[in-house]
Amino acid sequence: MSRPSDHYDAPASAGIVQPHLGFVGWLRWFWRQLTNMRTALFLLLLLAIAAVPGSLVPQRSSDPNGVTQYFTDNPDLAPLLDKVQAFDVYSSAWFSAIYLLLFVSLIGCVIPRTKHHYLALRAKPPRTPARLSRLAGFTTRTAPAGTDAQAAVESARRLLKTSGYRASVFKNRGETSVSAERGYLRETGNLVFHFALVGILITVGFGGGFGFSGQRVLVEGQTFVNTLLAYDSFNPGRFFNDASLTPYKLTLDDFDVTYEDKNLKAYGQPIDFTADVTITPRGEVAEASQVKVNGPARTGGTDVYLLGNGYAPTITVKDPNGVVVFTDSVPFLPQDANLTSLGVVKVPDGLAEQLGMIGFFYPTQATMESGAYFSSYPDLEYPLLTLNVYSGDLGLDAGVPTSVYSLDTDQMDQLTGGKTRVESIELKPGQSSELPNGLGTVTFDDAAPGAKTGDFSGSVLRFASFDIHHDPTQLWVLSFAVLALLGLLTSLFVPRRRVWVKAVPEADGSLRLEYAGLARGEDPALESAVGDIADRHTDLLLSSQSATPAFEQK
Amino acid sequence: MNLNELSILSLYSAMAVYALAFIAFSFDLAKRSAAVGSTAAADEAERQAETPRTDAAGASGGTTTLTRISARIKNDAATPYGRSPSLRVGVSLTVLAFLTHLMATVLRGVAAERVPWANMYEFAMTGTLLIVAVFLIVLTRADLRFLGTFVTGMVLVLLGIAALRFYVEVAPLPPALQSAWLVIHVFVASLGTGFFALGFALSTVHLLQFRRESLVASARSARLRFLATLPSAATLENLAYRVTIIGFILWTFTLMAGSIWAEQAWGRYWGWDTKEVWTFIIWTIYAGYIHARATRGWRGSRSAWLSIIGFAAVMFNFGIVNVFFKGLHAYSGL
Repeated sequence: MSRPSDHYDAPASAGIVQPHLGFVGWLRWFWRQLTNMRTALFLLLLLAIAAVPGSLVPQRSSDPNGVTQYFTDNPDLAPLLDKVQAFDVYSSAWFSAIYLLLFVSLIGCVIPRTKHHYLALRAKPPRTPARLSRLAGFTTRTAPAGTDAQAAVESARRLLKTSGYRASVFKNRGETSVSAERGYLRETGNLVFHFALVGILITVGFGGGFGFSGQRVLVEGQTFVNTLLAYDSFNPGRFFNDASLTPYKLTLDDFDVTYEDKNLKAYGQPIDFTADVTITPRGEVAEASQVKVNGPARTGGTDVYLLGNGYAPTITVKDPNGVVVFTDSVPFLPQDANLTSLGVVKVPDGLAEQLGMIGFFYPTQATMESGAYFSSYPDLEYPLLTLNVYSGDLGLDAGVPTSVYSLDTDQMDQLTGGKTRVESIELKPGQSSELPNGLGTVTFDDAAPGAKTGDFSGSVLRFASFDIHHDPTQLWVLSFAVLALLGLLTSLFVPRRRVWVKAVPEADGSLRLEYAGLARGEDPALESAVGDIADRHTDLLLSSQSATPAFEQK
Repeated sequence: MNLNELSILSLYSAMAVYALAFIAFSFDLAKRSAAVGSTAAADEAERQAETPRTDAAGASGGTTTLTRISARIKNDAATPYGRSPSLRVGVSLTVLAFLTHLMATVLRGVAAERVPWANMYEFAMTGTLLIVAVFLIVLTRADLRFLGTFVTGMVLVLLGIAALRFYVEVAPLPPALQSAWLVIHVFVASLGTGFFALGFALSTVHLLQFRRESLVASARSARLRFLATLPSAATLENLAYRVTIIGFILWTFTLMAGSIWAEQAWGRYWGWDTKEVWTFIIWTIYAGYIHARATRGWRGSRSAWLSIIGFAAVMFNFGIVNVFFKGLHAYSGL
């Protein structure tokens, strides 16, 4: 079998009769087991299997809404799965245990190999074996008549040396030989690869704690200042200190969307999203910048990504006397590809009762046969806002945090839409309507009041949702990953091999040259390499002989 | 007829030619079986012929001699098998089908005005093209023509599924895919898949050959007689390894390029998205395969199984995860 001769197995289990093991003995036994190649392989495969459930069940880290949905859909199964950390597989105790053991095993394997390799790098190549004929690529040549054994071996040594081998000459019972080895880089690459993996793990494990990620929704015209309070949601790392936030100002000037309108097969598919922003670092001049889907803006130690967008209709509510009690551009969350959007307006103060409205916004409204509305195109061709009005207790006064994107109607009475038999309020940009029960009026403000009739393209503001991240580990992880790839390349493709050349004087006075090699690890080209060296060596001997006059025959 | 329709026509033509190539390769396998002969006497003769050979291998101190992937593999088949017209017809037809397939893919790209790998239909088209390309390139270095049935058969099935189930009209790139990394990341992943496919085929044949060799060694007759004309199990294992490590390196690069792209598009280089999970699983399985070859008791059949499981995971990642799993890599276009 072509087992790589530099493989690193545990030594074959020698004794069946075990001596009594003390505590240290058991520790040593455990360490031996853990750093055994078979254990490492087992852990590696176990890691692959353990990663599977995380793709079958939604994960809190990547899909928190999916987890909530899973709990709703499987009320019996979900709590059980949660107990075994199935929704947090990649930070679970069992997954962590596997990869930590794997890495301990890896380190336990790699450190002795590093020492071994260090010694090998300084050692002379091993003594030439007695019988080269048993080795790979064995071939013989007859030296040109009159060649001196010493000179032949010396020229072989020089040839091997210039071919990148470490070579030394041995003399044994009248036979002179050169022993050479090359390809130490193979093991170096192997070690670099494994150390780089450890590097990645450590950087991700500890360095990740210094970063943060936050989300912020900005309507066109709005400004965000990089401080903790300005984030809609914020997830700090374990060691994050909010004093480390660099204050800067980011204004969303304009959000540009392009939809496909020529190719009917892809009609309405988005082609481009561009957020034009102005970034003002503290004490510096404002600078125009852009954030695109594959093009984050990088400023103040943070990276700003464009993750979502939608419409933010501007809605104004007035009391019966015409006093404005609410006016805001409310981000409506897109529900489908044509941006049918759902939003909530909460008016806690200023009216006779607390008022809540659930709104649907259709950028291009169309009607199904059933009479239901839908949006047939994501851009503003024929926008319509419908509002269902609720009055009662918004649930804001108890001090319990509630989502701005949902309305709890348990303590409220529905005034329009649904079973009330009162038509929902329907508004086009610029239109107003009376609220039921004489509560006041509601207006859908036109963002571009001067536009031509029928041109709604600028009538509703858009919002963009930004993810703002700070991750100090990125560059480190990238460097380690590149190191790992380079290490992998050298460890798989640099051949490590030994080559021997021996000069054996024959009984008839001629000189026989023997060549052979030994693969240390995968080395498909060994045989041809030995043959090549044999050919070049004989050529060298021939040419040096023709250059100097032939020795006289004795 | 527009370019996309021309592309579809080319694709169907390519499938027809692949089918013919498949028939030619199958015919060759049948002829190999016939050439081996059916009697137990032949097996006995083979066993006798084989005995000194294994002794010689044992004497060489545990290092069989290997040739480079760029050199032709030594024909160490138990029953050497000469030239076969059907084999040559099969290869020629595969080349013809490949060229037609290439034209289909290029036309699709021209029709869409971008690289032809942005949805399931196009991934399948380009991925299978690369599988055949890898096969044809490796053929110039090593005689793996006996894998023709496998390669043409698999490509035919995949293209059939793609054309019938995954077909979508030409559509512009969504903003999420408008990146230079689409060109690099997806292409390298598909190329890696081509090498893994070949490694999978070689490992499968290795397992069959290994079984046959042990049956022959214990003087029992083995079925699938054509195996006697194929390289020995040890040679197949080495070939599988050499092909697979190239795939592994490409896969490592895919993973890294994907991380860099993910950082640009989604703001994090790794987030355990379903597709990331499966890319990681595949990487781990193949890392296991490479380590298995240096582990006592895992060389040979066990590592071959890992290669087979690894490729099954690749296919799962492509066919199942893309279509049925929820995640950020939702670009199947279905």
